[in-house]
Amino acid sequence: MTTPPAAGPADPDATVDADPNAAPAPQPDTAPNVAANPQPRTAPDATPDVRLDEPAVRCTDLSYSFGDTRAVDGLNLEVAQGEIFGLLGPNGAGKTTAIRAITTLLPVPAGKISVFGLDCARKRMQVRRVLGYVPQQLSADSGLTGRENVDLFARVFDVPRSERRARVDEALTAVDLTEAAGRLAGTYSGGMVRRLELAQALVSAPRLLILDEPTIGLDPLARASVWDCISQVRAGTGMTVLVTTHYMDEADEHCNRLALMHRGRIRAMGAPGDLRADLAAQLGADPARVSLEDVFRHHAGSGLTGADHEGGDFRDVRRTRSTAARLR
Amino acid sequence: MSAAPVPPLPASAEAGTATATATATATPTATATATATATATATLTPGPRPVELRLLLTPPPARRAWRLVLARAGAMCMVELQKLRHDRTELYTRAVQPALWLLIFGETFTRIHAIPTGGIPYLDYLAPGIIAQSAMFIAIFYGIMIIWERDSGVLTKLLVTPTPRAALVTGKAFAAGVKSVIQALVVVVIAALLGVALTWNPLRLLGVAVIVVLGSAFFSCLSMTIAGIVLTRDRLMGIGQAITMPLFFGSNALYPVAVMPGWLQAVSKANPLSYEVDALRGLLLGIHAHLALDFGVLAVAAAVGVTTASLLLGRLAK
Ligand SMILES: Nc1ncnc2c1ncn2[C@@H]1O[C@H](COP(=O)(O)OP(=O)(O)OP(=O)(O)O)[C@@H](O)[C@H]1O
Ligand SMILES: [Mg+2]
Repeated sequence: MTTPPAAGPADPDATVDADPNAAPAPQPDTAPNVAANPQPRTAPDATPDVRLDEPAVRCTDLSYSFGDTRAVDGLNLEVAQGEIFGLLGPNGAGKTTAIRAITTLLPVPAGKISVFGLDCARKRMQVRRVLGYVPQQLSADSGLTGRENVDLFARVFDVPRSERRARVDEALTAVDLTEAAGRLAGTYSGGMVRRLELAQALVSAPRLLILDEPTIGLDPLARASVWDCISQVRAGTGMTVLVTTHYMDEADEHCNRLALMHRGRIRAMGAPGDLRADLAAQLGADPARVSLEDVFRHHAGSGLTGADHEGGDFRDVRRTRSTAARLR
Repeated sequence: MSAAPVPPLPASAEAGTATATATATATPTATATATATATATATLTPGPRPVELRLLLTPPPARRAWRLVLARAGAMCMVELQKLRHDRTELYTRAVQPALWLLIFGETFTRIHAIPTGGIPYLDYLAPGIIAQSAMFIAIFYGIMIIWERDSGVLTKLLVTPTPRAALVTGKAFAAGVKSVIQALVVVVIAALLGVALTWNPLRLLGVAVIVVLGSAFFSCLSMTIAGIVLTRDRLMGIGQAITMPLFFGSNALYPVAVMPGWLQAVSKANPLSYEVDALRGLLLGIHAHLALDFGVLAVAAAVGVTTASLLLGRLAK
């Protein structure tokens, strides 16, 4: 047999739920309502050692290459707990690669990514327990009904049998799929599949929901209903949402903060309004006339003209001029 | 929307405990918002469709070690059964080939008496071999299926759940086993209809199920291992075709090892399918077999298969 290049015996995945609590869980002094609950449950494995004083996601100088392609190139990112964070960038910017690294799908060295203070390389199982993930492509199992799709995820997240049905029902209700739940997912429309995938992700009550282009290929109404689901559930649970999209209007309307990624790096970060105001100030333009799309063009450049390959200052000058010209 | 068809939770008792666990698990974990909302049923104001969330505020407790592996295997088998319930065509189409083997090959060779079977009709001798063959064909398909699941995102999502790769592969292997057992049942019925004198002893039939599960676990892991090496469906289809026939003809499914040339005897000795067939003959026909050896070889083969397939599964995630 060939030697497996991917996972050696040191692969933390090979062990079942590697050491949940060798050291006593770090007790952040912010630990809430211990008084409210006189008997804190002492099943350490039940809950990952999520840290309250850590950002939901932290990437430190993260890089990832596919062969010669440097898909992510020194990414630094912090997503605060409870926010809806949007990751924007042109095709091939490295958004999906970054997300796959955060979701433990890609092997990254220890110390590069942490989720609620849990290192993604060392505590994979615990990280996965707090994650809900909807990948870029539609991924419901078309041979199962909507309910069975959600039920599978309830099972693989160890929802106790007594609670499973009610939980699955709740998830289906939250995404408004109760009526279609008995139909095969293969008969669903794109928007319904997306909502079904949301239900699959929500059934385990994740703290961090990661959505890779949740509205790709959907009509405006379906897009709106997907975002309705996301914002309602977020409001109800206080979970953190990390989302990528190519729709600037969505990013502007729904995200608390945005990062603009280009060629594997963050080029700009901030609240949508701040990003627009910054660019307006830089150009001396009327802030009301600067859209998020202008910000996107400004930072992502027009990769096709080759302007992007010009280095340093000259490129900056040229870029600023061309953005200014567009806004005039 | 207020009358959502959710099974009503007992408002007092169970909702009470739900809230208690919510705060308990929340102690080291939840954000301020979550804790705040967890104390009461969260009714969401924005949007046109207020949603009630109760259970979805609390992460489920973790299972550990072997209980986790068992639960995952159960989940994968469940998926297999659900799919079979929705669409049984595969069960029927896959019954055609074994039926033809038994009907044409079996009946003909029973007449010619060309193969020394130790006194039993050739059709009887052949039936366990065909059961093993159809189980193997199903299992070999699992590598293709896992690549399809990778391409469609289903596998990707499963890999982001608290499921160690070994547990995922074990689950798939057992699912292949369950499906094979159902297929084996179909072939047993066909064989019985053709007049093969099979045992109906429940203990022996249970043994048949165990052997088929182990054999299918091995062959599905073999094909998942190859999937992890070649990574694309097209290549795997080619390889799958290329290995199934040699595995079948290089075993004792059609003829006893004794009539094979020396080199083929060696192949047959190294081929887990031979052990599966031997055990099935012993159990179904009651003829002499090396049951303990067969069981041991198949169990070890399945364990080795699960290990290598799990080590290579990560390549499919990239
Ligand atoms: N499995 C892979 N093998 C080889 N190269 C890859 C692979 N996945 C991504 N890449 C390359 O890495 C770069 C980043 O891709 P990625 O999918 O992360 O971009 P993205 O920002 O998600 O783009 P999009 O908006 O189109 O989804 C691209 O140049 C892409 O070709
Ligand atoms: Mg992408």
